[in-house]
Amino acid sequence: MSKNSLEFEKPIDDLLHQIKKYEDLSSGGKDYKAELQRLRKKLAKVEKEVFGSLTPWQKTQLARHPDRPYPVDYFNMMLDDFVELHGDRRFAEDYAIIGGMGMLEGRPVMIIGNQKGRDTKQKIKYNFGMANPEGYRKSLRLMKLAEKFGKPVITIIDTPGAYPGIGAEERGQSQAIAENLMEMAHLQVPIIAIVTGEGGSGGALALGMGDRVLMLENSVYSVISPESCAAILWRDASKAADAAEPLRLTAQDAYSFKIIDSIIPEPTGGAHRDGKAEATVLKTAIKKHLEELDRFSIDELLENRYNKYRRIGVYEEQ
Amino acid sequence: MSWFNNPKTPKTPVGDKQLKIPEGLWLKCENCKEILYRKELEKNLNVCMKCNYHFRLSASQRLGLIYDNGVYTEFDNNLAAIDPLKFKDSQKYRDRLKNSQENTGLKDALLNTQGKLGGYEMVICAFEFSFMGGSMASVVGEKLSRGMERAIQLKIPFMSISASGGARMQEGLFSLMQMAKTSAAVSAMGRAKIPFISLLTDPTMGGVSASFAMLGDVIIAEPGALIGFAGPRVIEQTMKKPLPEGFQRAEFLLEHGMIDMIVNRGQLRNRLVQILNFFNSQTAGYAGKDACGQCLTV
Repeated sequence: MSKNSLEFEKPIDDLLHQIKKYEDLSSGGKDYKAELQRLRKKLAKVEKEVFGSLTPWQKTQLARHPDRPYPVDYFNMMLDDFVELHGDRRFAEDYAIIGGMGMLEGRPVMIIGNQKGRDTKQKIKYNFGMANPEGYRKSLRLMKLAEKFGKPVITIIDTPGAYPGIGAEERGQSQAIAENLMEMAHLQVPIIAIVTGEGGSGGALALGMGDRVLMLENSVYSVISPESCAAILWRDASKAADAAEPLRLTAQDAYSFKIIDSIIPEPTGGAHRDGKAEATVLKTAIKKHLEELDRFSIDELLENRYNKYRRIGVYEEQ
Repeated sequence: MSWFNNPKTPKTPVGDKQLKIPEGLWLKCENCKEILYRKELEKNLNVCMKCNYHFRLSASQRLGLIYDNGVYTEFDNNLAAIDPLKFKDSQKYRDRLKNSQENTGLKDALLNTQGKLGGYEMVICAFEFSFMGGSMASVVGEKLSRGMERAIQLKIPFMSISASGGARMQEGLFSLMQMAKTSAAVSAMGRAKIPFISLLTDPTMGGVSASFAMLGDVIIAEPGALIGFAGPRVIEQTMKKPLPEGFQRAEFLLEHGMIDMIVNRGQLRNRLVQILNFFNSQTAGYAGKDACGQCLTV
């Protein structure tokens, strides 16, 4: 059982633990077929109950699950080869964003993603996945490099948001994000953006503008974190679960609003239950969308990209 | 000795209070506390005579000060928000909209206008801060995009006047995506060589500063305006230390190379005309055939 189990995962983890125990005992020679069958049936039922009706807050927790594969894990599982490129050539290297030259089944792609880090040391180095302006400027530099040599850009997004720090403001956090948006609007190569975990507001959007925007089944994408939203609405960040409801931040919401192009399915219980399988599904999706985008000329691509964002918004003309 | 460590209460941001200047003959400057005669203050463009504090203005007041003779035409004023998320906290989003509409007489937080400035025809989009904190959601993003597209179509300069707390959370992802939409429109203006002047007033924060507002060809700020990505309180909580003096104020941004200039309200019109003269000069021959060369009208 993972020490990182979420509250609602506990009954499932308990059952998995029991099954494992009986399986171990079975290998000792004694037959526990009946028990195992009963437990597996129960597991299927509980899984269906729990994961069939996740609340937005539970999805947020799954999206932030400490065992969930992070972008760099997908790099490792999906790519044949990866050469990391560092630095924004302006001020510093920002480890909160990783990027470089990837080979996706023999096809060169510029791949960029957020870094969160697993242990405390990494988390500090990667700033908990919150980029400074240098991270966004590095990502833009890599995108421009991709444009220069005609390679598509893939971004894998999982960040709580852009870093709210003194230095970040001094060095133009707003400007860095804004410039990414403007440049990505007319970058002359295909861009595919995938939210795999947390899509935290402007800090996520700064990597998230593309010809295709995809989300993993249990990922979230929001204008503001439920915690901050609760802090503003009720002056109480602990009411995040309540704020997650009205924000409509799940992948299913984003899809129903036609803000994303498709949802990438996850194994029952979430991507962390079978990261390898998820990486394969993700890779297949990227390849499919790349092939679709290959059919467009650059002019068509840019026009479609402009229109894709131009039409987002709901209002009435009275 | 816990009394030595009494946490300092964070300063209330200047500005939240003087959204509406109280009625009466006299009023107190929120910054220097000087008692000011209202008529004189208004004559001084709502800038404190003693400390140069720039009081907030409504969108229509701003446009009135900038356009020639204060004359302009408004576009798209029939656009109104609907409530795509059915958002409700302590109050329904629909009710918040209704209150703001009643208080401001506007349908949403932006005026999309066209008129003459120093004889130059141009598009100006101005935020109304008293409409839900000037927050950007679908209507604001749509009107900005239409304004920019009209500037492209007519080959005339575009200006935005920002006064906004950022993206409006009541429209969720729709609001966030307005950042992408308006930045894409700026990119389109860039390729069409349409000059874009961005005026940042108090406050220009979050999703507005992190999109079109920081993308101006020329970025001007009003003295003392709060400009930044994250709110000062959030940063203070994150950093767990007091913020430097003048943090995120216009002067701080100028010092850090983020804006072109700070201009007093009284000098703004003249400065804008100087800038428009530069962009519209008929003698410049390098801009190519797409350039905004027909901006000078009569």
